[in-house]
Amino acid sequence: MALALFYIAAAVALASTVLVITRRNAAHALIYLVVSLLSIAVIFFLLGAPFAAALEIVIYAGAIVVLFLFVVMMLNLGRRSAERERLWLRPGMWIGPAILVGVLLLEMLYVIVLDAPGTTRGAVVGPKEVGTALFGPYLLAVELAAMLLLAALIGAYHLGRRYLGDRREELS
Amino acid sequence: MTVPVIPIEHVLALAAALFVMGLVGVLVRRNVIFLLMSLEIMMNACGLAFIAAGAKWGQPDGQIMFMLILALAAAEVAVALGLVLQLERRFDSLDIDTAGEMSG
Repeated sequence: MALALFYIAAAVALASTVLVITRRNAAHALIYLVVSLLSIAVIFFLLGAPFAAALEIVIYAGAIVVLFLFVVMMLNLGRRSAERERLWLRPGMWIGPAILVGVLLLEMLYVIVLDAPGTTRGAVVGPKEVGTALFGPYLLAVELAAMLLLAALIGAYHLGRRYLGDRREELS
Repeated sequence: MTVPVIPIEHVLALAAALFVMGLVGVLVRRNVIFLLMSLEIMMNACGLAFIAAGAKWGQPDGQIMFMLILALAAAEVAVALGLVLQLERRFDSLDIDTAGEMSG
């Protein structure tokens, strides 16, 4: 049965990814990107990596996509934004993502309610093993990732501060 | 005991398909926001391949590589969106080709 769940989630991932790269509107593409990431999180779960699935949802679908959305909204601040938002939030636009997410929701309900006979139960690598390995042999990689994130923080602050400064001068 | 129920070839095929889709997006789209989204898709496909390999052998290393990819993606997107703001301010456009004047 895990096989069928995997193929359904894979189909959802492929369909939503095609829709991401063919949309004209960035906000719609971001919604489909969230659907794609959610379906890949389902696949991670089926592969016996529940921790990676949680991280996929929290960081990718949560933090990174929200960052994208912030910038998309910010770039449209001045230009006829009310009219644009009405165009974005047309009710018909939500049907596609809603159907795809509904499929994933049905899968999740199936796994939770029927307690998922036949998923990769023997081969689950849980958070405990991941944490032990992460802060054991991979400690140096964690330090490097920390430095990378610090560099990104400083870089993003530098680039964004000049933008906001000029923006404020234009407005005042 | 650790018989993978899902054949790894199919997971890797899915990862390859997603990667190719991201690559096509990078090559075809000229809007910077869409380029960055396609990059995210490509990195996500790499993460999927790592998770599949980790699940195949029942080791946590695949998930650790996925977490490092996640950190890389977060760092990349933070800096790149700052660059998008600068691009929009200087060229008043989100088209990546407007920034091609350095190509000599």
